[in-house]
Amino acid sequence: MTPDASPHITAGAPAPSAESSAEKMLQPGQPTADPATSAPASSSAANIVKRGPQVRLKQLRAFYGSAEQVKGIDLEFPANQVTAIIGPSGCGKSTMVRCINRMHEEIPGARAEGKVLLDDLDLYNSSVDVIAVRRAIGMVFQKPNPFPTMSVFDNVASGLRLTGVGRNELRPKVEAALRGAGLWEEVADRLSEPGIGLSGGQQQRLCIARSLAVDPEVLLMDEPCSALDPIATLKIEELIATLKQRVTIVIVTHNMQQAARVADRTAFMLSGEMVEVGPTKDIFTTPSDSRTEEYVTGKFG
Amino acid sequence: MSAQGATPPATPNRIERFAVSPRRRRSDKLARSLVLAGTVIALIPLVLVIYYLLHEGLKAWSPHFFTTDPTGNTFFKNSDIGGIRSAMLGTIEMVALASAIAVPVGIGVAVWLVEYGKQHWFAQLVRFFVDVLTGVPSIVFGLFIYIVLIIGTGSTFAGYKGSLALALLMLPVVTRSAEVVLLLVPGALRESALALGAARWKVIFRIVLPTALSGMITGVLLAIARAAGETAPLLFTAGATNKTSSNLGEFMNSLPVQIYNDVISPTQSVVNRAWGAALTLVVLILILNLVARLVSRRSRLA
Repeated sequence: MTPDASPHITAGAPAPSAESSAEKMLQPGQPTADPATSAPASSSAANIVKRGPQVRLKQLRAFYGSAEQVKGIDLEFPANQVTAIIGPSGCGKSTMVRCINRMHEEIPGARAEGKVLLDDLDLYNSSVDVIAVRRAIGMVFQKPNPFPTMSVFDNVASGLRLTGVGRNELRPKVEAALRGAGLWEEVADRLSEPGIGLSGGQQQRLCIARSLAVDPEVLLMDEPCSALDPIATLKIEELIATLKQRVTIVIVTHNMQQAARVADRTAFMLSGEMVEVGPTKDIFTTPSDSRTEEYVTGKFG
Repeated sequence: MSAQGATPPATPNRIERFAVSPRRRRSDKLARSLVLAGTVIALIPLVLVIYYLLHEGLKAWSPHFFTTDPTGNTFFKNSDIGGIRSAMLGTIEMVALASAIAVPVGIGVAVWLVEYGKQHWFAQLVRFFVDVLTGVPSIVFGLFIYIVLIIGTGSTFAGYKGSLALALLMLPVVTRSAEVVLLLVPGALRESALALGAARWKVIFRIVLPTALSGMITGVLLAIARAAGETAPLLFTAGATNKTSSNLGEFMNSLPVQIYNDVISPTQSVVNRAWGAALTLVVLILILNLVARLVSRRSRLA
């Protein structure tokens, strides 16, 4: 089942980079994607179907200075599934997610302990290159933040250029990423216009395209729809459903309906601790912890 | 109030309650006229300066004025006093060298302060010294270079020594303005670039600096304009001379020093040359400003 049968494939399939981020991270880990075992038959035109990796957190702790914001979390994000993280403001959802691609440590005074395993590779191992981690694990932020000095095209190409992809490869990769983000039809004739000229929802999909362009294996989304209107939100949610065929998705959300709509699994966090995790349906209908029940029924938070 | 929620007629009482009081109207008028008066007062000297510059300066302008050096022959009424070529080129050469030194160093310091130093004690110390340097009178920079590079080495005036004095003068201005602009670049942009797997230096060169470019150009222009107009640091570093030189190791003339020497002359034609030189200086800075604006506008969309 080679994905090459599809007309719009470019995003990652031909590139050797799709094979294994673990190898690139200088670690004798297992290859993460095995073309032979990947790809269910439903290969849609715009998306390459491949296996994303599994992500596991082992006793993950995160600190700001001496304040412990994430207090020893064990959690598993299954491959090619959408896992939603819900919980009240300040419970450490974003912090936890930012530990996965090691963005947490960019904040002065912040540090993390424990393990984050990408398949079998510990991302906090001292021989792991943080830059390789971030190439393998893309991130979409709360507010759409296209680079203001760049055109639509350059925004999507920025990740490729920043990571040293040759000029000739840019065009097809940019197009594939924009198609992957469901934005191509809308911006095909305005690629050279400034990225900040797009609408809010388009800007956010532009940011998703920017993340997809570097062909990540995992996509972290930190409240990606909280600044968007319902229609734009719907488009992003539909996009998430398609994207999970090629990446493993972790989405932080304040919107419980959104979690119910997009997530295969949902995790509920409170005060830096993992209260409960399970299939989304179970969390919302038959939670085992009373605090989860109170939260999802709107009694607090 | 009817149950249907029909609007009740406005009672006289209500109209009164919502009316602007005469007192507020008066104080509003007073405040507006004070602000307007302040603006007009501030504009008067500005307009007068431009008027006199044009009125007096244009008298001296001619092709001859720009293409010849001063002759130094100013004692006889009808003798040829020459133009300002050496001063114009000297200013351009020295300011260009000063900018070539101060702009990269200043922006480098600002990048370090914003991206790496942050609140570290050493960064705070650097900020303090930059602030102190901003307030140092320009003649002190001239003195410093004079003592170190002229007395200290037992040599003479030279264009590059003038450039160094000007560079010292520009450095804190460039640093401070660049730092302010770099701080304005949203942290979210740095984060998203880092999250794409970009190395820190690439984030700085490809995202942060281009985003801050137009603001930094404003700061750099401010510094250049200030340096180009300075007389004091050049008086005893670059000296004054009549001849045009492209060798920065020699004495070098400059527009401010030319103006300084000419304006105290008893000969009217020499005083006119000072006005002409002053107008030239202003026009040069104006041209530089326009060019930089065009460049920065083009690069924003590229």
